Amino acid sequence: MSSFLQMGGYAAYVWPAYGITLLVLVLNIWSARRDHRRKLDRVRLSASREETSKRPTVRRLG
Amino acid sequence: MVDIFLTIMGRDLKLAYRRWSEFANPLLFFVIVASLFPLALSPGQALLQSIGTGVLWVAALLSSLLALEGLFRGDFEDGSMEQILLSPAPFGTVVIAKIAAHWIVSGIPLIVLVPVVALSFQLPGEALATLAAALLLATPTLSVLSAIGAALTVSLKSGGSIIGLLILPLCSPMLIFGTRATDMAANGEPVAAPLYLLAALAVFAISLGPLAVAAALRVGLE
Amino acid sequence: MKLPRWFHRFGSPPYVYALAGTLGPWIGGIAVVLIAAGTFGGLVLAPPDYLQGDSFRIIYIHVPSAYISMMAYVILAVAAAIGFIWHLKLAHAVAVSIAPIGASFTFLALATGAIWGKPTWGTFWQWTDPRMMFELLLLFLYLGYMALRAAFEDRDKADRVSAILGVVGVVNVPIIHYSVIWWNSLHQGPTISRLDGPTITMDMLAPLLIMIVGFTFCFAWLLLSRLQGEIVEREYAARWLRELVGESR
Repeated sequence: MSSFLQMGGYAAYVWPAYGITLLVLVLNIWSARRDHRRKLDRVRLSASREETSKRPTVRRLG
Repeated sequence: MVDIFLTIMGRDLKLAYRRWSEFANPLLFFVIVASLFPLALSPGQALLQSIGTGVLWVAALLSSLLALEGLFRGDFEDGSMEQILLSPAPFGTVVIAKIAAHWIVSGIPLIVLVPVVALSFQLPGEALATLAAALLLATPTLSVLSAIGAALTVSLKSGGSIIGLLILPLCSPMLIFGTRATDMAANGEPVAAPLYLLAALAVFAISLGPLAVAAALRVGLE
Repeated sequence: MKLPRWFHRFGSPPYVYALAGTLGPWIGGIAVVLIAAGTFGGLVLAPPDYLQGDSFRIIYIHVPSAYISMMAYVILAVAAAIGFIWHLKLAHAVAVSIAPIGASFTFLALATGAIWGKPTWGTFWQWTDPRMMFELLLLFLYLGYMALRAAFEDRDKADRVSAILGVVGVVNVPIIHYSVIWWNSLHQGPTISRLDGPTITMDMLAPLLIMIVGFTFCFAWLLLSRLQGEIVEREYAARWLRELVGESR
């Protein structure tokens, strides 16, 4: 196992390279999903605002 | 069509003549940048000679960025671009005429000026002729690429800072062939290959570039 | 030129949004499995290179990243051109979604290439290597595209102007590529090409192919994910989106 981690003496190059790849891929996924969620939240917020602004008029009519 | 081409080009040249400082400033900038390099490097003729070509080409490229924002900006802001687009004149011809006018006022001076400055970098005589030939072939490409950058950013209030980012990467093939041709001539090697490649780039840029410029200007005017 | 009829469904935002939501997790799952398998194969099963030892194992992430970085730019330009010609807003949305993904893969190709360069060339950055130079210029093209988009306030105009830049860029990519190779061929420096050498054996090649396919799936997953966000932003006021949001509450 330790010889695997040492990578034949190239551990200082191989592991950072794989680490940065993993980091970039995970960050990509994370930021895409966060972006999507935030935009949905914004739609939800404006939809609920429109609903609440409608409600009083309905009551007055009733 | 030739009439329209000549009319538009004549008009642009006349306008450039009236605002001559706008086109003289980049040339001055080029000379200043080229003369700052020897100051920034440790004094030594050998080093200057070996990097001179690259310095001159990059300085020329950067200086050409200065004049290109005005390429369509004036016409765009005073509404004459819209008039031209609405007129029956074929827009592609108009675009080519404007690019040609820009090449005359900003490209040709470089073809003359760069070899003169190159003399001070101790470039051998045969390299100077090649340098002028390479510039003659490269500056039309540069004018087309500049026009693309100017057209893409024409409707932005301040497009100046972004144009360099857009077109400098596209200029890299031209820079490679231009500097290589000059260096190879200085070493006494045959220079036909890079010059042919520069000519190919110019033909390619002149034939396809105006389409992109016209499309970008149309979008900008919407 | 008319588009085929089935293509028009891809002009409908709700359809594409739902499709992306359904396909996304599957593609993502395949990507994770393939990349995990490829990494295992590349780090454990493949024998060390006779010349470069274990440092060559960086190939399993460097080459797929470089491949995706170029493929993504071509897809970006094709999508942008489709959007420009047929006024398809969704095609523009695809192009916009690709830009940051492509830029990040280009960055990865550069970063892993630089790390690999240290044991191979003795320096992190070798200015005379044509492939690294090309990746760098490609990164500038991505950044220029994103900067141009960001400069416009009107989305419609940003779509159309950046589409032109994308097409101009993709036409120039092969020219830049070959000019950089030509430039390098003149330098008679000691350039050890990292992919040359005797024929690559199967146990070295198989993980690489798996990784390339895995990265492609990963790219598709990221694209679908970003595309969903982009559709939501563009369809902000649409009724179908309001209904969808209302249902999920």
